[in-house]
Amino acid sequence: MRIGSAKQTYLADQALFDSTPQRAWFGVLLLALVAFPFMANEYWLYLACLVGLNIVSTTGLNLLTGYTGLVSLGQAAFMGLGAYTVAILQVRFGSPFLLNLLAGGIVAMLGGILVGLPSLRVKGLYLAIATIAAGFMTHFLFAHWASITGGNGGMTVPPAQLFGAELDTSFRLYWVIAPIMILMVFGAANLFRTRIGRAFIAIRDRDISAAVLGIPLMPYKLMSFAISSFYAGVAGGLFAYFFRVVTPESFPLLMSIFFLAAVIVGGMGTISGSIFGAIFMTLVPELLKLIVGWLPLGDNATLVLSPVRTIVFGSMIVLFLIFEPHGLAEIWRRIRRLFHLWPFRT
Amino acid sequence: MNFDWLFFFEISLAGLGTGGLYALTGLAFVIIYKATRVVNLAIGDMLMIGAYLFFAFSAGMGLPLWIAIPAALLSMGAIGVLVERTIIRPMLGESPISSFMVTVGLSSVLVGLVELIWTADQRRLPEFLPTKPIQIGEAFLAPKIFYGFWVAVVLIVIVLLVFRFWRGGIALRATASDQGAAYSMGINVPRVFSLSWSLAAVIAGVAGIVVGAIGGISSSMGIFGLSVLVVVIFGGLDSVLGALVGGLLIGLIEAWTGTYLGGEYKLLATFSLLVLILLIRPYGLFGTHDIERL
Repeated sequence: MRIGSAKQTYLADQALFDSTPQRAWFGVLLLALVAFPFMANEYWLYLACLVGLNIVSTTGLNLLTGYTGLVSLGQAAFMGLGAYTVAILQVRFGSPFLLNLLAGGIVAMLGGILVGLPSLRVKGLYLAIATIAAGFMTHFLFAHWASITGGNGGMTVPPAQLFGAELDTSFRLYWVIAPIMILMVFGAANLFRTRIGRAFIAIRDRDISAAVLGIPLMPYKLMSFAISSFYAGVAGGLFAYFFRVVTPESFPLLMSIFFLAAVIVGGMGTISGSIFGAIFMTLVPELLKLIVGWLPLGDNATLVLSPVRTIVFGSMIVLFLIFEPHGLAEIWRRIRRLFHLWPFRT
Repeated sequence: MNFDWLFFFEISLAGLGTGGLYALTGLAFVIIYKATRVVNLAIGDMLMIGAYLFFAFSAGMGLPLWIAIPAALLSMGAIGVLVERTIIRPMLGESPISSFMVTVGLSSVLVGLVELIWTADQRRLPEFLPTKPIQIGEAFLAPKIFYGFWVAVVLIVIVLLVFRFWRGGIALRATASDQGAAYSMGINVPRVFSLSWSLAAVIAGVAGIVVGAIGGISSSMGIFGLSVLVVVIFGGLDSVLGALVGGLLIGLIEAWTGTYLGGEYKLLATFSLLVLILLIRPYGLFGTHDIERL
């Protein structure tokens, strides 16, 4: 049992890690992340990269949906904007990798601000439906601005270059994706120790009260959209370098639902929730692949897989909302509490 | 260039035909929203399930039409109640966003189920509408769209009459206008919730069967629901009149853009209109403007 962690300053209260064991475990986690690529095989590295970019995007959506209370079904569209920006810059200008990512993030951010504009007038559900529109508009843009985006056929992206090395394997990409992910997750966590982050939370809890308290709603809502879609854009850029091909069909509405599901399953309004949610939702399809593979289905296995995955995504959202609205992060918190309080029970 | 008015007229008629179906489905959406305050994103997928149930009963089991249609509609009603009791009821009192996301999940489950059972391939429903071309003035109209429109009109009228005169319909309206008052007048509000979902599911089922008969059925039929969302937002989420006017209007706009600009512009046009409406009149043309109090 851990006995009290008396906090005597505001600084201590706001700290990301409030005890020495937490810091120690975080160190262990970092070491594990460094050691991982040397132990894992190609398949697990592939998954790790996928999880990494999904974490970035889920964190972005969580900033918007979980912390600011603005539901968005347009996350895939913003990822698409980022991915296409990166692809175009890489193919046409061959500009440096990190610059492309940044540009992808910024273009997505502008898109996000544009889509966020209706949020000044409409709230909640109306807004969610407006963000669906974003998906259709970007799809149209990607498919019909053929001179730049390559039309329906999409674009093939050459591997990124960093310090003269071609990032063409999962092993090499991992060394880029993992640090970017850690950086962005930390950025998000720190955001909520600042004035801006607290304003977001106030807006989520009750926007009128927030306005009364002197938080101008318009700039903060737009800022939330901007930051969230910046994350999506960077994730989209990583997506482009990871899969090395982008098409208008790469970013369907289902993908936005996937990220929304990840946020809900992980836990809305918690940073750890985005991480858990992204890991969980990325690994579930792989697990399903295993299970479907075991079942005696013969050639049908691949046919069955995609619908089963759709069903599982949907039921995840429903079941978590009904039975565990705070998501995996809450389960994790309960487990930690159990250890803290042992031998007593909660 | 001489503008072909006859052609324009024909297209507009076809647009009104589809618009009737939009209005019908929009009505189903509005019933649910008015009674339970749930924004049902899965409306298009419920429509799809209706069409597939009809497909299963008629083509799959070989039942005659007059059994297959009622059977499909009855099952839709049952599904509506089931959905309400199992996944919507537990969300009572939660934020509207939560119940909205539950319907997002529901929609994905329904699509998955259809793909699992019937695969994602396009299928044709058995023909049951007369096939003789319809002539209005000099314009020709596809018979399916013509009869589909009238099915929609008749059903809308029935639903409006039910709302007006039947006890259940009045209970529904009472619940919509003030839940607490309805409760204290002895109306069983939870049952009204179930009723509204099953009613909406049946209406969506009819719309699904007609839409399926016109354009065939596939697991991506839910797209229809997205246009319906635009319709109800355009007309106002809680306005029956709005759903009707919005439905016809969106049907026309889609027909015009689809013909003069090309099919891929359809959804772009409707969704641009949606964003515009949200910016100018966020509560829709006829919707009630909620005044928020602290």
